[in-house]
Amino acid sequence: MFSPRDFLSTPNPHRLASKVAREDEHQLVAAAKSGDVAAFEELVSRYERKIFRLTMNITRNREDAEDAMQDAFLKSYSHLKTFQGDSRFYTWLVRIAANEALMRLRKRRPNQFSLDEPIKGDEDLMPRELQDWGPGPEQRFAQTEMREILSGVIEDLEPDYRTVFVLRDIEELSTEETASSLGISIPAVKSRLLRARLKLREKLNRYFQQGRAN
Amino acid sequence: MNCEDVIHELSDFIDGELDAASKQELESHLKECSDCKLVVNQTKKTIEIFCDSEPVELPSEVRNRLHETLRRKLKQATQ
Repeated sequence: MFSPRDFLSTPNPHRLASKVAREDEHQLVAAAKSGDVAAFEELVSRYERKIFRLTMNITRNREDAEDAMQDAFLKSYSHLKTFQGDSRFYTWLVRIAANEALMRLRKRRPNQFSLDEPIKGDEDLMPRELQDWGPGPEQRFAQTEMREILSGVIEDLEPDYRTVFVLRDIEELSTEETASSLGISIPAVKSRLLRARLKLREKLNRYFQQGRAN
Repeated sequence: MNCEDVIHELSDFIDGELDAASKQELESHLKECSDCKLVVNQTKKTIEIFCDSEPVELPSEVRNRLHETLRRKLKQATQ
């Protein structure tokens, strides 16, 4: 049995192998709950890239994203005993990380993120850019170029819309989980998600429309 | 159902959350309206592209700082 000290005292930067099989998240979480720090580190290693993507997508600031990620993992460890297992560990972690990222976003841009908002009228919803994209438009770009495009268009989105889109469509939280994570109503989540999706489609249209010279 | 209604219901339609009658109405509209069909398909594609995008590699210095911080803080917690 590994003790936390075995893991913590090792000078080797590489992970110790947890005794728990990598494949089984439930077992890793159970082992981490009982003090197997190597199992917790396995969970960190499994999700660190995705959590960094999440905190970057929300904050759009590397320093804040890194701090939010670190604090999210620390909080998840210290609150692990309260995790009931009624959702996936990753979903639970996403909610913690989203809150950490949002706190930093609100601090940095206090006027750009509202807790809730009245649902706007629909006058601005009708799409204006209607060009054919052709098949597999994303395949016309190199992977790194595509990443830059996606990063740019999501950064252009207002934080209110961006955050909901990230949680619902990229992290695949439910509408209820998103509403609860952000402290906003379900109609507000739906309204922001619709606007985010339409705006992103329109922004991508500038790159994907057929005949556009790359 | 007109074009404005379709745009209003677009998210629920994509997420499979429309009731059967509204779904059927919306699908009938899409058969007749190429603009709405384009918007629906491109919005689905937009979500798919973001969903399928691989997270960028975590920069090694960020990863090292994360693991060093976790080791230090967890060590403090166990002392």
